[in-house]
Amino acid sequence: MSLRTPLSNAKGLGSAKEGAHHWWAQRLTSIALVPLTVLLIFCIVSLGEYSHEAVVTWMQSPWVAVSLALLVVTMFYHVQLGVQVIIEDYVGGWLKVASLIALNFACIAFTFMGLFSIIKVSL
Amino acid sequence: MAEFSLPANSVVKKGKVFNAPNTAKNIKRFKVYRYDPDDGQNPRLDVYDIDLETCGPMVLDALIKIKNEIDPTLTFRRSCREGICGSCSMNIDGINTLACIKAIGDIKGDVNVYPLPHMEVVKDLVPDLTNFYAQYASVKPWMQTDTPPPPDRERLQSKEDRERLEGLEECILCACCSTSCPSYWWNSDRYLGPAALLAAYRWISDSRDESTGERLDELEDPFKLYRCHTIMNCTNACPKNLNPAKAIAEIKKLIVKRRN
Repeated sequence: MSLRTPLSNAKGLGSAKEGAHHWWAQRLTSIALVPLTVLLIFCIVSLGEYSHEAVVTWMQSPWVAVSLALLVVTMFYHVQLGVQVIIEDYVGGWLKVASLIALNFACIAFTFMGLFSIIKVSL
Repeated sequence: MAEFSLPANSVVKKGKVFNAPNTAKNIKRFKVYRYDPDDGQNPRLDVYDIDLETCGPMVLDALIKIKNEIDPTLTFRRSCREGICGSCSMNIDGINTLACIKAIGDIKGDVNVYPLPHMEVVKDLVPDLTNFYAQYASVKPWMQTDTPPPPDRERLQSKEDRERLEGLEECILCACCSTSCPSYWWNSDRYLGPAALLAAYRWISDSRDESTGERLDELEDPFKLYRCHTIMNCTNACPKNLNPAKAIAEIKKLIVKRRN
């Protein structure tokens, strides 16, 4: 039972004065992922047909290595932004905080895992 | 937090059946959600068979006929019966709309009548719109200026500037849009919803208003504004054919515009 006025409830804690960066970053990463996803599909479909040496040589090109690095960074940033929205939509309370922490840790860990792997193969 | 199933005391049970008189020729079946807060029972779906030969053309006509002639306990809001007051908003045939401008003839099969979705029900077809109205008030839907009005006349607006308010100022606050929005269902405690955001954009668009920046400041929030994921149910539902989804998109564009 609370005797707060409806307007007090509606105003809540006020505006966080943020959200625009998240919204804009989600759109920028979407655009960047259009060509990068083509690269990802190409990798998944065709790299299996080549020998290990051929793939390593291909990945040693700076164009390929940097593109793959951009793919990893952009993809996991986009995943983090998108899944954050879903969690905020559907989950509440301590579970929301725990999910957001787990999401951020996982996305950062996977990003560095991917970057390390690319560097290890390319160098 | 999202809720995907009704609490046990809100599950809708079978209700009474009111058959049409034997003399009826053109019978239409209305299934109406009933809930009485005082009897401690679950909500139920009452069935009314109506003779369309003795009933007006709109769903509201049928509801008034039920209340006058069959079951005076049926509770619903209505006033103008011509789509301008926004009182008789409810969920008819699965779509939020105004009962007074929804033709019975446009509905195939039985006519299902429920209150606006995912709102607390006061009684029968009457939802509690307290929070909805408070959210409207929270966007300060009035003109805010620092410049005092001219002493001898009203504040002027050019015809072009007035035209920019078309499609925004016609909102009647029936709540069909907000209560059709899944984001509003899950987060109406923090998300303002399409109706309040349309009203906010109406004042952002007003050439006479001098608080655009403050208004955008107040809206830039992950929950107040950015819970909108462009689902567009609001625009589909609006019985006045307005486009709240576009208004929300325009607010987002203005907030990006002032940053870059």
